[in-house]
Amino acid sequence: MKFIEKNRIMDEANIKRVLTRISHEILERNKGVQNLAIIGIRRRGGPLAERLAENIKEIEGVQVPVGILDITLYRDDLTTLGSQPMVRRTEVPFDITNQAIVLTDDVLYTGRTVRAALDALIDLGRPRCIQLAVLVDRGHRELPIKADYVGKNVPTSKRETITVRLREIDGKDEVVIEEIIDT
Amino acid sequence: MKLLVKGGRVIDPANNLDEIADVLVEDGLIRRVEPGINEPEAEILSAEGKVVCPGFIDIHVHLREPGYEYKEDIASGTRAAAAGGFTSLCCMPNTNPVIDNNAVADFIRRRAQETGVVNVYPIGSITKKQEGQEISEMADLVAAGCVAVSDDGRPVMNAEIMRRALEYSRIFNIPVIAHCEDVNLSEDGLMHEGYYSTLYGLKGIPAAAEEVMVARDLLLAEAAQGWVHFAHISTRGTLEMIRQAKQRGVRVTCEVSPHHLTLTDEIVGSYDTDTKVNPPLRSQEDVLALRAALENGVIDCIATDHAPHEFEAKDCEYPLAAFGISGLETAVPALLNDLVHPGKLELMDMVRLMTVNPARMLNLNRGALIPGYPADITILDLEAEKTVEPNQFYSKGKNNPYKGRILRGWPWATIVDGQVVALEGKLVI
Amino acid sequence: MGFKGRKDLLGLQYLTRDEITTILDVAMPMKDIILRDIKKVPTLRGKVMVTLFYEPSTRTRTSFELAGKYLSADTVNLTVSTSSVQKGESLRDTIKTIEVMGTDVVVIRHSMSGVPNYVAQNTSMRVINAGDGIHEHPTQALLDMYSIREKKGTVENLKVAILGDILHSRVARSNIFGLQKFGCEVRVIGPPTLMPPDIEKIGVKKYFNTEEGLEGVDVINVLRIQKERQRRGLFPTLDEYANLYCLTRDRVALAQPDVLVLHPGPMNRGVEISSEVADSQVAVINEQVTNGVAVRMALLYLMMGGARDEIAG
Repeated sequence: MKFIEKNRIMDEANIKRVLTRISHEILERNKGVQNLAIIGIRRRGGPLAERLAENIKEIEGVQVPVGILDITLYRDDLTTLGSQPMVRRTEVPFDITNQAIVLTDDVLYTGRTVRAALDALIDLGRPRCIQLAVLVDRGHRELPIKADYVGKNVPTSKRETITVRLREIDGKDEVVIEEIIDT
Repeated sequence: MKLLVKGGRVIDPANNLDEIADVLVEDGLIRRVEPGINEPEAEILSAEGKVVCPGFIDIHVHLREPGYEYKEDIASGTRAAAAGGFTSLCCMPNTNPVIDNNAVADFIRRRAQETGVVNVYPIGSITKKQEGQEISEMADLVAAGCVAVSDDGRPVMNAEIMRRALEYSRIFNIPVIAHCEDVNLSEDGLMHEGYYSTLYGLKGIPAAAEEVMVARDLLLAEAAQGWVHFAHISTRGTLEMIRQAKQRGVRVTCEVSPHHLTLTDEIVGSYDTDTKVNPPLRSQEDVLALRAALENGVIDCIATDHAPHEFEAKDCEYPLAAFGISGLETAVPALLNDLVHPGKLELMDMVRLMTVNPARMLNLNRGALIPGYPADITILDLEAEKTVEPNQFYSKGKNNPYKGRILRGWPWATIVDGQVVALEGKLVI
Repeated sequence: MGFKGRKDLLGLQYLTRDEITTILDVAMPMKDIILRDIKKVPTLRGKVMVTLFYEPSTRTRTSFELAGKYLSADTVNLTVSTSSVQKGESLRDTIKTIEVMGTDVVVIRHSMSGVPNYVAQNTSMRVINAGDGIHEHPTQALLDMYSIREKKGTVENLKVAILGDILHSRVARSNIFGLQKFGCEVRVIGPPTLMPPDIEKIGVKKYFNTEEGLEGVDVINVLRIQKERQRRGLFPTLDEYANLYCLTRDRVALAQPDVLVLHPGPMNRGVEISSEVADSQVAVINEQVTNGVAVRMALLYLMMGGARDEIAG
């Protein structure tokens, strides 16, 4: 299989604007930063959680707790994956019980990753609520899951993939649509 | 009834012969060995491109009959021998009952005549029931055709008994074949003691377990002026002691097995129980020393120590598995492939160690292509390549560590007393 | 991923450095799970692990069992006495029976070296060696290495002394094989009668004198001494053994100031290790037990928690 880049749908400035908007929405919806924490799904949900927390700190002057969730052990597709994913640590150095948790990820697609993340979160404690923030929602849900905060809705076909690149991991910020080419 | 083996390369160490020649066999005896024999009424066996040797003699075989017919019997063991290129065997007395009297020895000779396809010479026990307590009736055994005495499988731990056996056997001029193993040193041992036993976590059998007994028996033989023959020697230290003893005139002979010449303790790491053998497969240094000793006269003959076992005896935990290798059908190819083809052993020497040497040692009128001798002939195809498949063995024992290996150089025909018994690895009678 | 293509874990001598690193890395998130309130993840739901122990061992068996349960595998324990097996069913038949019941991984402890190797060659199940004879005890060495890495920050290039009955110790062998792959200088200390033949050829330094061997080491791994060895004449009395080889505070003082003391347990206090040392800050013997569950979880995940073909190779 090979991917070719079809379309660049977000650049650095778009991403920054979108995350600023989501930060405001989170604050508005939760009426401030009281008992609020942001937890990113490894890997690209992690930097997104950090950026949202940074934005919130700029707006409200308060640092909300940030964590990283590794959902590998909760995945439902372990036996069908091409190769075994590496398990990494979940780093949530605070008690999530009675917190409002904003779960962040880069792309919302089938919803299975979020399902796994919900299970993983609940094994860590009993949050007051869990909200979902994603940079891109590309549709094709296979589970009844819906994002609370969406950066951009992008209708796609199943032959396409969305690739999110973030500065912290990939060296630059962008979102592109790629198409699978059979070779 | 004449048979003319035509056009082969005849290697006969007894006559120092290595040339293209024909061998004429008449009434089961060798008649003539010379180039270009023309004998119109003889049946022709074309041996062009093959090597024609005196029939191979294996002086150390466990035929298991009587008593352990589920491991091997004389019918299957002698067929394995024929397929493997051997025309004569000496069978060890650790049967049930033990060959410690003429009745058992007679039984074996009779069964060999009735069911066997090669010559079988029994070896009697040194001590009654091989218990190491009282020496056997050697006159009785010799009268019944035994060519040597041995408690093989069990060492004679009592030095006094060994001394007396070495003395008493002088009456008959037969060797006392010593299985050298100090059972206190070898207790619970599973493989050669050394680097690999440490790596694999298997209790070792130190070289000293063999060597202290070799040292003891050499001293006893020297004092008793008796004849000691060491079975399946396996260590460098043993060789050195035998070399020195021969130099000072001790009457000592010895044999080495093909597996001790071609395999090392490293392969035990597979935990394949077919590598479990006593004495154990030794270190690389030991193997190299044994190979070197084949040419300098320290080693007198090669003998297989063919030790067949039933499947269950080997299909188990390594420590519980029986010792032994079913070796008759791979001895010749293993030696040709691993030693002769790579130039580590002259073919003439290999043939000498498997024909005239053991024959002269045990006073058998075989092992040489001399007119008037029984026509025992082994013909080799040095270029034949075949995979070792124990399931195809004639032996009931499929326990063989060469399994799966492609070996080059196989026996092509086996002729016993003038009759072709095996051709291309298959029995033809 | 460093565990590709390996069906079984038979010993550390067969693993690469990368594979060991992978196991230790994955053990970190596993340890987090053990330390939290809900000690369970659904990863191995529907997988079946059978522990087949031919030697009594509460610790190792329990550790494997918990590791399996924390990962949601179904675990069944079979303890068989060696003597009854010798009379009865062959090992091949026992293994076949366990296999056809749908078992995914069999964890074997046996008094005879090489049994896991034999089993691995005769089954489609995955096989984990939980200690075989005097051959290997890979998961014990992995937990030792994990403990070392956790406390020292690395397992590379350390000086590690293994003290005691080296000859009969599968723990010693697995530690040697594992630590050497990370460039450690491994020293073995014990009486000549309890030293394996040609141990130096494996690349370790051999000491009969405890004081000399402990000089400047970063880690001391103390082995359990079994009383039956005395009956076989390998040392005269336990008292004399303790006199020469017991890890005391004075002897610990010869090592690096930040030395770490390990013991696979159960301890014979006052024989191979003094209570003073066992209960001191330098000893992490209890934490080793926790780490044991973590590395076993890591192993079970790596062996079973992924695409079957990929791992089966």
